[in-house]
Amino acid sequence: MYVYQEFDEAFVRERVRQFRGQVEKRVDGALSEDEFRPLRLMNGLYLQLHAYMLRIAIPYGSLDSAKMRQLAFLADKWDKGYGHFTTRQNIQFNWPQLTDVPDMLEALADVGMHSIQTSGNCVRNVTADHFAGAAADELEDPRATAELIRQWSTDHPEFQFLPRKFKIAITGSPNDRAVTRAHDIGIRMIENDAGETGFEIIVGGGLGRSPFEGKVLRDFLPKDHLLPYLEAVLQVYNLAGRRDNKFKARIKILLHEGGLEDFRERTEKAFEEIRARFERPAGEMIDAIAKWFEPPVFNNVQTHAFDKALDANPAFRSFVETNTDEHRNPAYAIVTVSLKPIGGTPGDATAQQMRVMADIAEEFGHDEIRVSHEQNLILPHIRKADLPVVYERLREAGLATANAGLISDIIACPGMDYCTLATARSIPIAQQIATRFDELKLEHEIGPLKIKISGCINACGHHHVGHIGILGLDKAGAESYQITLGGDATETFALGERTGPGFGADEIIPAIETIVSTYLDLRDSEEETFLEAFRRVGMTPFKEKLYPEGKSGEARNAA
Amino acid sequence: MSVIIRDGKFHQDDWMASGGSFHDFDAMPLRPHDFELDHLGIDVPNSIDPNSLSGFVGEVSAIRIPFPSFADGRGFSIARVVRRMGFTGLLRAHGHIICEQYPLAVRAGFDEIEISDELARRQSEALWADALARINVTYLERLQAGMASAAA
Ligand code: SF4
Repeated sequence: MYVYQEFDEAFVRERVRQFRGQVEKRVDGALSEDEFRPLRLMNGLYLQLHAYMLRIAIPYGSLDSAKMRQLAFLADKWDKGYGHFTTRQNIQFNWPQLTDVPDMLEALADVGMHSIQTSGNCVRNVTADHFAGAAADELEDPRATAELIRQWSTDHPEFQFLPRKFKIAITGSPNDRAVTRAHDIGIRMIENDAGETGFEIIVGGGLGRSPFEGKVLRDFLPKDHLLPYLEAVLQVYNLAGRRDNKFKARIKILLHEGGLEDFRERTEKAFEEIRARFERPAGEMIDAIAKWFEPPVFNNVQTHAFDKALDANPAFRSFVETNTDEHRNPAYAIVTVSLKPIGGTPGDATAQQMRVMADIAEEFGHDEIRVSHEQNLILPHIRKADLPVVYERLREAGLATANAGLISDIIACPGMDYCTLATARSIPIAQQIATRFDELKLEHEIGPLKIKISGCINACGHHHVGHIGILGLDKAGAESYQITLGGDATETFALGERTGPGFGADEIIPAIETIVSTYLDLRDSEEETFLEAFRRVGMTPFKEKLYPEGKSGEARNAA
Repeated sequence: MSVIIRDGKFHQDDWMASGGSFHDFDAMPLRPHDFELDHLGIDVPNSIDPNSLSGFVGEVSAIRIPFPSFADGRGFSIARVVRRMGFTGLLRAHGHIICEQYPLAVRAGFDEIEISDELARRQSEALWADALARINVTYLERLQAGMASAAA
């Protein structure tokens, strides 16, 4: 894993020093609140409903035990003993004091972490496939490229005051686990006919109030051209993106209004001019960085422990079935550690749990931990022979919920419980759904089903790409939940379709039950997943069940 | 009145004092022959496509780019483009720039910054000097020179 070089270290320390100064300047009035705001935002400090919130970047979602332990330390010392992992591979602390923040940043710098550019209208934390370096289907580990982009975008003089925030995601696998089609720029590593790896560049994807699927801007960009090309895209956007209306300021709107062709033309022109500025092909720099991401030395010795435990322990078997994925080394497995205990807050981890993760990673996991955009933690390299022990350790810490990819593995934004922009609660809805289906004992029978919940139209919970998406709105002072079906965040990307009128807070759980039972009734076989069934039959059967006669959309609206 | 910041210090407007001027770019003739080029500066709106300045960068001696709000970062791109086109004259940012942005402005290619007296009262010369001192630590310039942070 990438380790901070002298330069990174100096840079981050300097930023901490600056921020300390900025806090002082704010206090003595040299900076107005208006002027301080973007500066604290550039350091990931938000003002929330109840307190400040500090958002810390976990570049491309990679952590080691030292970093994880330091996060636990922060949680204990400056927060209420826990942290919240987000859909953008960040961690948030919800209760820091403004005057403590410089010390928190200093503590982060001690382990090569920071909160730079985790908010504000700049290039945000670059996210990547959370199975990078471990997935069996991977063409190339995308993290070296992600690290180069991190360096390039950090403190870039031209792009700190863009029209709006800018998110980049990268995957090195054909199976897209990084949601590249819903980012301002999505990068897919691909191979051309000549066998060279390069990038497919997708732009203008995004969820939020006007969701768009990203479009392919360049179908094959040679690796060497990466930085000037990204710079060209950002430059065109910085100059031409709308600044008159913050809801129309994302690059997706520029593409939508101006057209892909026009954008491409401008980008290519800028690219030709910018190219000369970079003396060295990006490919060489990626190669230089790549040595930090070399695979660990695997231990291929197998024992009977794994098979024995599978036979003897149904709970273990169930965990292995749902929470492990195929590793490129057959002696190993990728373990998803669910942060969605039934009835818990999706994405929350206590300091104690963080330490357990750090210990396991160090002892059994080649010191690697990942954060997934699905708000879970990943142990990317666990030897199968060690899995039974790892499982026990996770179980003791309340981290062995066997629900990865199932109905209770819900993405939910903070919603009304924390967020100033929320129009409805989202965490309690997630908790109720998980609890309800746990009571019904149907979860494993239902199979893969992704529910995603947002507490307002900004869509931080990615509801548009949930197989079942739930959007919490405010209808004349009461919470109303709109449902979408058929969304898909992967390589078969789709935006969900609305079922019809929304459901009240007391109607939404029964509505979800109706959808699920409709699916169970109509599926071809147990193998046909919810998404496959929906694609086959469409919206109608679900609509009929959700809005039976007399309760049709029109009738409800008129009521 | 306004204050000019150059090299981390407050200055008078030396460009104007030495007979320089700024003309509205939109009102300029296609090629600026009629003016005394040594003293000719242009005010370009930040909504401009900087490519349309290509006929001017070799002619005029100063370019001034407005920052209507510190949150409007178009000027940073315009500065980098005109420098890339080879403009070597005086490049000035004008308007609402705060000292925290000073290093970005210099790295984008600006020589000086023109701010209001009111802003200069709130953000002292010392703060601007302090901000400028941070300029040595940057990623992009290293990457342009081919130095990714990667050495073992
Ligand atoms: S979707 Fe809305 S409520 Fe949820 S975190 Fe985002 S802004 Fe807040």
